[in-house]
Amino acid sequence: MEIAASANDAPALRVRGYWRTVGYRLRYDYVTLFFALVILLIALSAIFAPLLAPFDPLKTSMAYRLKPVGFRSFLLGTDELGRDMLSRLVYGGRMSLLMGLTPVVLATIIGGTLGVVAGFVGGSINMLIMRAIDIFYAFPSVLLAVAISGTMGGGMSNGLIALTLVFIPPLCRIAETAATQVRGLDFVEAARASGASTRSIILTHVLGNVLAPVFIYASSLISVAILLAAGLSFLGLGVEPPTPDWGLMLSTLRQAIYVQPYVCALPGLAIFITSLSFNLVSDGLRQAMDVRI
Amino acid sequence: MKPTEGAAVTAAEGLARGRPKLDTVPPGDARDRGGKNQPMLAVNGLKKHFPIRGGLFNRRIGSVRAVDDVSFVVLKGETLGIVGESGCGKSTLARLLMHLIPRDAGELIFDGEGVEEAHGLTLRELRRNMQMVFQDSSSSLNPRLPVEDSIAYGPRAHGASRAQGKKIARELLEKVGLDPSLFGSRYPHELSGGQKQRVNVARALALNPRMLILDEAVSALDKSIEAQVLNQLRYLKRHFNLTYVFISHDLNVVQYVSDRVLVMYLGQVVEIGPVEAIYDRAKHPYTRALLNSRLSMNPDDRVDEAPLTGEPPNPVNPPSGCRFRIRCPFAQEVCAARTPAIGNWIDRSSHLAACHMLDAASGHSGAGPLPAGVAPNPASPWRQTSHEGAR
Repeated sequence: MEIAASANDAPALRVRGYWRTVGYRLRYDYVTLFFALVILLIALSAIFAPLLAPFDPLKTSMAYRLKPVGFRSFLLGTDELGRDMLSRLVYGGRMSLLMGLTPVVLATIIGGTLGVVAGFVGGSINMLIMRAIDIFYAFPSVLLAVAISGTMGGGMSNGLIALTLVFIPPLCRIAETAATQVRGLDFVEAARASGASTRSIILTHVLGNVLAPVFIYASSLISVAILLAAGLSFLGLGVEPPTPDWGLMLSTLRQAIYVQPYVCALPGLAIFITSLSFNLVSDGLRQAMDVRI
Repeated sequence: MKPTEGAAVTAAEGLARGRPKLDTVPPGDARDRGGKNQPMLAVNGLKKHFPIRGGLFNRRIGSVRAVDDVSFVVLKGETLGIVGESGCGKSTLARLLMHLIPRDAGELIFDGEGVEEAHGLTLRELRRNMQMVFQDSSSSLNPRLPVEDSIAYGPRAHGASRAQGKKIARELLEKVGLDPSLFGSRYPHELSGGQKQRVNVARALALNPRMLILDEAVSALDKSIEAQVLNQLRYLKRHFNLTYVFISHDLNVVQYVSDRVLVMYLGQVVEIGPVEAIYDRAKHPYTRALLNSRLSMNPDDRVDEAPLTGEPPNPVNPPSGCRFRIRCPFAQEVCAARTPAIGNWIDRSSHLAACHMLDAASGHSGAGPLPAGVAPNPASPWRQTSHEGAR
């Protein structure tokens, strides 16, 4: 019966588009789905922080300094100034996600454009762009971020600029490699032979094939960005106190690590879970979006 | 039944019905400018030397003479076959004709109009009139576009609306033998090699060109599929009133499809003429060796020794005089001293070859109609399976 039915179905063969195929693969990838849900929850809690936070994250209280987890109405304890940890973690997620996503998005746009132009045009323009990018490669990314935000001074926006600059080189390189590969393929030649403009060829034929590897790599950079942003805040170069930020909280609580070890570990745990989730989701996306060219 | 036999039967049928007449261009083609006797494409002294860069500051330290002073004409409504060993410049020639790479020297005249000249044809106009089918069927389709969109891309780039493009694509899919409702929305990875190549042909036809360059268009396909696609191409040629330049290294296929054949060696034309003349009475030693290297279906014609040994010389540093002389059994001093001229092309029955032995005044001792000791070409495998007499 099964066979007969499928034979009858043959003429109306279901043809799935690329994105439908990706969706189909993701639907059965439970690990990716679970961690995507975690990211969704973190994002939602950050967006609705004012509704979720039981206390004002900036309100200090000398009486309730460094209380343990579950102390009275402080669900996750209090920090060294008696501020509610849960409220601060929820609000801190806003800052951390902002610091994690914005530089990656900006760097993807800037680095991706540079890379596609360098790869597609080739020749001396490629030389110019890629050698300039190589200069950035000479420095370790953490050192570069610290150096840039150090010279520009602290503050959130300078931290964002520093992180963006750090992420442009690798994204540019990925885009350039993909664009160079695509440029040599016959379908780009065929598009040129049809008399289409360079702009149209890039938009229709190059971008679609470059986007996937760039997108996958960018999604893996989000966790790096969160960690680097936390690192900058830890060094006092990113977000400034008293704004709640996971990295900054980790930094200020480290003196109290022997008094309340569990409370002090909470911001670190938040960073860990978030970056792990982003990493695993980007891994799952890479597998789902894999297409044989 | 073996697939090759299927192809042979079709070939025999084709021969029985007689070759399509060369002057099939009806007087009513609105795009025709110079009349049926004006060549579709005239190529004069085409040259492409790829630079080899190296050393300090990327200096030019040499050049690969991929296409070196090539001249020929493509007549309206004919199929011109281009054959030669790999690396002889066939594909470079195709890309030069399509203007995908700039030429170093030479001129192209499309139906009486110079290309990229004042008062001539613009590149965009040329590309509407001349299209190309690429060899690698998989890399010549964008993996992220449904094939319908790939076909419609050309017309869209020339100003067709989305609906018009879709209509053109669906019509052409049907013309190349694919059901548009079944294949239109598919992605290239969902098609077989033969289906992809059909889509490629449809894409090339989307701009309604007058001339098609088929660069090894069927070489990568299975023999059975190859025969199907070849017959489809024959149908399309008549249906759309096309002129073909058919590039291939497969001598049998070229014999089957071509009206005239051009033989290339190391970036130069060594022989050009009607297909019967080339395959029955080849003049150039290289063409004869090439034809002798075919495997015959007749065990009596078994090839025990390779007629051609070694590889073509490096095109960076081609031999002086005749470029074939290194591998030619008849080479003499005159061959190294002077480059043989190919002579003047007069009309479609002209059979020219660039060899000193054909020129009594060249001083070559073997100069004459056919050098002594050379057996005529073995009969082609097509003829043996179809049991036909001499054409």
